[in-house]
Amino acid sequence: MSNKVIHALYNDDDILMDAVKKVKAAHHHIDEVFTPFPVHGLDKAMGLAPTKIAITSFLYGLTGLSFAIWMTNYMMIQDWPQDIGGKPNFSWFVNMPAFVPIMFELTVFFAAHLMVITFYMRSRIWPFKSAENPDVRTTDDHFLMEIAIHGNEEELTTLLNETGAVEINVIEKE
Amino acid sequence: MYQFSGKIKTFALTLMVVGALGIISGFLGTPSSVEEVKEQLHNAHSAHGAHAPKAAHVEEAHVEHHSDAHQTSHDTHAEAAHDAHAETAHQDAHEIVDHEDTHAAHVFHQLKNRPWAAFYVALFFFFGVTLLVLAFNAIQRAAQSGWSIVLFRVMEAISGNLLPVTIILLIFLLLGSAHVHHLFVWMAEGTVDPTSANYDAIIDGKSWWLNVPGWTIRSIVYIVGWNLYRHLSRKASIAQDEAGDLVNYYKNFKYAVAFLAFFLFTESMMSWDWIMSLDPHWFSTLFGWYVLATFMVSAVTVIAIVTVYLQSKGHLPFVNNSHIHDLAKFMFGFSIFWTYLWFSQFMLIWYADMPEETTYFVQRFEEYKLPFLAMIPMNFIFPILVLINSDYKRIPQFVIGAGVVVLLGHYIDVFIMIMPATVGESWSFGIPELSSILFFLGLFVYATFSSLAKAPLLAKGNPFLKESETFHY
Repeated sequence: MSNKVIHALYNDDDILMDAVKKVKAAHHHIDEVFTPFPVHGLDKAMGLAPTKIAITSFLYGLTGLSFAIWMTNYMMIQDWPQDIGGKPNFSWFVNMPAFVPIMFELTVFFAAHLMVITFYMRSRIWPFKSAENPDVRTTDDHFLMEIAIHGNEEELTTLLNETGAVEINVIEKE
Repeated sequence: MYQFSGKIKTFALTLMVVGALGIISGFLGTPSSVEEVKEQLHNAHSAHGAHAPKAAHVEEAHVEHHSDAHQTSHDTHAEAAHDAHAETAHQDAHEIVDHEDTHAAHVFHQLKNRPWAAFYVALFFFFGVTLLVLAFNAIQRAAQSGWSIVLFRVMEAISGNLLPVTIILLIFLLLGSAHVHHLFVWMAEGTVDPTSANYDAIIDGKSWWLNVPGWTIRSIVYIVGWNLYRHLSRKASIAQDEAGDLVNYYKNFKYAVAFLAFFLFTESMMSWDWIMSLDPHWFSTLFGWYVLATFMVSAVTVIAIVTVYLQSKGHLPFVNNSHIHDLAKFMFGFSIFWTYLWFSQFMLIWYADMPEETTYFVQRFEEYKLPFLAMIPMNFIFPILVLINSDYKRIPQFVIGAGVVVLLGHYIDVFIMIMPATVGESWSFGIPELSSILFFLGLFVYATFSSLAKAPLLAKGNPFLKESETFHY
């Protein structure tokens, strides 16, 4: 079986959105769309599953909160209790107000950083990886829609021409 | 056009009548004299001290035995000692009676304050919510935001409550400066007179700001200023509906900008004048923000609840669940904002540990522990957990559920701002408090829905209306 794909290029995000809707309406599966910037509503138009990153963010936040509680307790109560302004240092709970800023900061820190790392891993981006986008113009001012061809090259080309593509290429993928 | 139905009118008026009756009974229920309070305290005390006679009996037996043993040899000495002892005992007893007298007088004043304070808490809560709905609307206009235009008439209707509630507030405040009620202790006779027994150096030091004429003038200026904006903004908003040009739209933008500049100063100042001065020795520099946060979250919640109600009755076909989603996001965000300020105020005072500042929180921890600590789950943990999920923010039941808890929690917050300084340890939640809430809730419902019926539900002259109608997340 051939790995032929069709690449349709657009130069406007509104035209792209309409094209995606038309292609979906004609019951073709869109493999990928490469854009120079996030296009609002594109994920819904492509029929992608809703992101679960918010849930991971919540869990990472809880992790950070737990870590902050453990850390402040270990540092300030167990390992090296210090008298700071006469505040109680024999119990974590009665000294809790002093630790709230730390708990808040570490919650945000864990949620933010781990969420970014998760996003990169899920998007298959890591250091020294060669770029996946098939056309360098998608990093500048063009939008590229990739559709796999299953013996329907003619039909797809006509359809994509109708949607206002500025360029259509058929490419053999390795 | 929305019809102000007879059903809602009856409901609102019933609430007001029931509330007014309860408020009156609260005033009638206050003790008429210190003696009455003493009797009440005595009854409460004897219930605690049921074992006292037994102890006295033991002591008596001991004294008898003692005097028997020494009767012959130390007769004269014992007599003298007995006399001396009797005298000190008498003095002690006298001091106890004195102390009981002052304590009873103290409690008497607190109980006298209670119906006033209960009225003030509900009044201030509903006033604050209404004012912040007006301010929220002004922010939307000044920012020329697109999403919220379909909600403008709802916000304008709620701010229709501003005039009646501020009139009541002004009367209430003027009664304070006329010494009809004594919630503001710094107004008492002689606090700034060095020759008076009542002289208070701290209040005297603040008297350049905290004096009755200045305070009264400021109160009038705030209230007139806010009502003026509400009047002009509403007029321009209705005029824009049928206008062919954008003159009224630009006018409203300018009014909103001017109002916000005025509001952000006067809001802080009114929170010092009307709330913080209840504890005239204490101050907090972020108090104005803290009061703002309390009413901001309550105001957004009230907008959401009224919108969901009208939507469920089919009056707002142009409001979709993305608008509800945005309101719920504000509820979520401002809940965190309130917690941030509430905790910041506490933590700095807790950390610095200076007696003149900590008294404020010591009293709240000792006498108001349950409501004070209940605010953390009600105003922070519950709304956060309910509204953190993006999908839940669009479900009306979740928004209403979180909203009711948030409103109760922020009522408690206002309660805790006002009650400790006025009623102190003699607080409770009963008929005066509940009736005051009912009265102002009735007034709120009446004012909101009657002004809702006075204009079309869609501000159709707004140039960004299309953006709001097609708004989606």
